[in-house]
Amino acid sequence: MSILVWAEHDNASLKDATLSAVTAAGKLGDVTVLVAGKDCGAVADAAAQIAGVAKVLKADDAAYEHALAENVAPLVAGLMDAFDAFVAPATTTGKNIAPRVAALLDVMQVSDILSVEGPKTFTRPIYAGNAIATVESSDAKLVITVRGTAFERAATSGGSAGVEEVAGPGDAGLSSFAGAETAKSDRPELTSAKVIVSGGRALKDGETFQAVLTPLADKLNAAIGASRAAVDAGYVPNDYQVGQTGKIVAPELYIAIGISGAIQHLAGMKDSKTIIAINKDEDAPIFSVADYGLVADLFQAVPELTEKL
Amino acid sequence: MKILVPVKRVIDYNVKPRVKADGTGVDLANVKMSMNPFDEIAVEEAIRLKEKGAATEIVVVSIGPAKAQETLRTALAMGADRAILVQTDDEVEPLAIAKILKAIAEEEQPGLVVMGKQAIDDDSNQTGQMLAALMGRPQGTFASKVEVSGDTVSVTREVDGGLETVNLKLPAIVTTDLRLNEPRYASLPNIMKAKSKPLATKSPADLGVDTAPRLKTLKVSEPPVRKAGIKVGSVDELVAKIKELGVA
Repeated sequence: MSILVWAEHDNASLKDATLSAVTAAGKLGDVTVLVAGKDCGAVADAAAQIAGVAKVLKADDAAYEHALAENVAPLVAGLMDAFDAFVAPATTTGKNIAPRVAALLDVMQVSDILSVEGPKTFTRPIYAGNAIATVESSDAKLVITVRGTAFERAATSGGSAGVEEVAGPGDAGLSSFAGAETAKSDRPELTSAKVIVSGGRALKDGETFQAVLTPLADKLNAAIGASRAAVDAGYVPNDYQVGQTGKIVAPELYIAIGISGAIQHLAGMKDSKTIIAINKDEDAPIFSVADYGLVADLFQAVPELTEKL
Repeated sequence: MKILVPVKRVIDYNVKPRVKADGTGVDLANVKMSMNPFDEIAVEEAIRLKEKGAATEIVVVSIGPAKAQETLRTALAMGADRAILVQTDDEVEPLAIAKILKAIAEEEQPGLVVMGKQAIDDDSNQTGQMLAALMGRPQGTFASKVEVSGDTVSVTREVDGGLETVNLKLPAIVTTDLRLNEPRYASLPNIMKAKSKPLATKSPADLGVDTAPRLKTLKVSEPPVRKAGIKVGSVDELVAKIKELGVA
């Protein structure tokens, strides 16, 4: 099979999610990576270095700069004559584009796969991760999005793929990009961090949230996450949110502080290797998934923990 | 402008789903069902657009069993004007749902389709994007802010790194994220009034859509169970455990 993988990037560098998608695609067949963007030559060169990539297609056009689905989906659909499957990471960009591609090809997408079980058979989570479905596609072509935390990242070196320029239909004239507000952070990215320190509503307010969690996160070189309750209460921006409707993470260590553990939150973090929970309610559901739990007041326990580490 | 709002009847979000012992699916017998939470947000947004004068009529549509009427009545009680039920007892995949919605949209000619970003049962996050593709219309997915002005809609989207804003030509498809709004509760008088609002019933065949599934579910299983953990008695014990992990 020949597979086309969507490269997630910001026109300057590749995102890690692409590397997991390449690994998943490699289980199906020969991998070609599509880099669509504006002035994205450096990204295409980086994609060519990824181990296991046979070829890179570069579509450099102002229409593709912000990955608008209306412009990108026809480009991808136009390339699919030569491919058996389109694979995208299950990021907000991938989730935006892939179903549009699938509908143009008249195929059902398989969303957020956890494993490849056969040439057309995959597992995927349903009901907020409370069940795992094994599904087999009967479509002639596959469109798949890949859960990044379920696949190892491909090595960023060792490949020597050629880069080929491709052109697409360009601007569909339906939509335009008006601006972005990017949350600034010099911490590790949430979805690729080895350690995550995450806070919930019990942190009281934004200032307290930062004051309690930041020193611990600094000590552990950790990313900071949050439950939906903490985001809705305005303690932190929404891109901190871990859960069914936020980010899905699977770090080596996840420390849940003042988080009760609603099923929607557990859906986003229960594949973490080790989970530690600090909560004063000993019946909080978070303790049912935590490897180590400490029943204590977080305002005393967290500073003490930070100091002793 | 007319707004079309697709809504789905799903297992209530507070219920912990149980996988059937024979691995054929999730047990939905005698389980509380509700409107998909993202769809409630979509209904609310449509009502707010109508209240602001940006919309004139709100049509809600659901595809599912006869009981999906209850979901439609809920939307009518919140403030939608009329409802369409496309009745089927089959499980319909997002692609076929999108085709049904396209057929409805061709009849109704809405200026805007507002729908949830994903259903909390199949977690697909596909239908809105597929509908937009089939109709050749722009899409504003994961919306946290929607502003209609003239013949465009400006949509602020929740993306991985923060927020981004796109301008879309109407007609357009918008899918809602959690922070778009807080849905209102239907009052008792409005629930009573909703009973007399029009509800039309159709079938997928009326709309010329084949709902045969493209994906075959071979098995549904429980996720791997985490090994039971321990409760430690002090911060010192926790420090020791973290040090054992080698991350500090």
